[in-house]
Amino acid sequence: MEGLISLAVKAIFVENLALSFFLGMCTFIAVSKKITTAIGLGISVMIVQSITVPANNLILTYLLKPGALGWAGFPDIDLTFLGLISYIGVIAALVQILEMILDKYFPPLYNALGIFLPLITVNCAILGGSLFMVERDYNFSEALTYGVSSGFGWALAITAMAGVREKLKYSDIPEGLQGLGITFITAGLMAMAFMCFSGVKL
Amino acid sequence: MSQTRKKLLVDPLVDNNPIALQVLGICSALAVTSSLKVAFVMALAVIAVTGFSSFFISLLRNYIPTSIRIIVQMTIIASLVIVVDQLLKAYAYEISKTLSVFVGLIITNCIVMGRAEAFAMQNTPINSFIDGIGNGLGYGLLLMCVGVVRELFGAGSLFGIVILNPVGDGGWYVPNGLLLLPPSAFFIIGFLIWGLRVWKKSQVEVPEFKIQAAEDH
Repeated sequence: MEGLISLAVKAIFVENLALSFFLGMCTFIAVSKKITTAIGLGISVMIVQSITVPANNLILTYLLKPGALGWAGFPDIDLTFLGLISYIGVIAALVQILEMILDKYFPPLYNALGIFLPLITVNCAILGGSLFMVERDYNFSEALTYGVSSGFGWALAITAMAGVREKLKYSDIPEGLQGLGITFITAGLMAMAFMCFSGVKL
Repeated sequence: MSQTRKKLLVDPLVDNNPIALQVLGICSALAVTSSLKVAFVMALAVIAVTGFSSFFISLLRNYIPTSIRIIVQMTIIASLVIVVDQLLKAYAYEISKTLSVFVGLIITNCIVMGRAEAFAMQNTPINSFIDGIGNGLGYGLLLMCVGVVRELFGAGSLFGIVILNPVGDGGWYVPNGLLLLPPSAFFIIGFLIWGLRVWKKSQVEVPEFKIQAAEDH
């Protein structure tokens, strides 16, 4: 249990997907102009991340790992090279299913998050989360914790970024730095602030 | 080589750089640039994937039903990335370890998808291939610029060869450790974009709000 809590804290603050691994930057920069949309996207990423990381963990353990197909009578098959294509397939399929479920049973939520869901399939944070899970050899409970907390960390970062950018409207920025340039520098300052957490250990 | 093809290749380098102007593919641009060697390999991988994925998608463009085109494109790109990943693991194992997940993340790199969707679906295979290579080069160019600054001033070397002799080895240069850490990548790209836009005025974004000039007293 302690291990899981420390993993969660590490995934949210120290190894924040957006600010220390630069994942999901395209959407991070493009959709952080207003706080409300940023929160919507953040929540969608968190939901999708908490589903896809454990799902890909199951795929890895029961289908792809060397010897994982033992239950089907093929104990010496190693399918890990198919990893990338399976993970992206699982992500695309799950996002599609989630979209349909939300549309059918939770229309208000679908109206709020609907526009972000297709964006999420190609969000590097989602695929990155699954790949980190594979690289670090997480078991199922660790994968679940990592999915939820890394999604939360990303949501936190984009919300904070949107807050800063709303206030940036009032500042007098040099012409060439307008827009994209100043956004990068702001993100850099935020990444520096998040680095202060790197000493935190539980 | 005809004029249009040359334009396809050269345009994305400065005038229409995928990272600086179109805001595509920055995810991996920042993470792999702390050493030049890794940045170079990553740039090569992306150039290969964008070039060939555009080529194959364009070759198949008349057979892909529009309703499932994204899935088809994704499959082609993912297969190419798997090939690159396996090649790196076979011939450059050390570098593939440092790149860790970022080779896999080429799949979701918006440059690849963006070129497939915006260019390869409407153009002939050869033109698409050149367009893909050009955009990959534009990405690689920015990656190398950031890599040079980060490795030269952060560790005092280029491609692992010592250029500014660091103090730790009895030299004179005090390495700027910040440049090896994640935040510096944001700053360098921010300043690069600033520089590029001062040079190419047409790329400057129109501000949403202007501060009103103070009244005369």
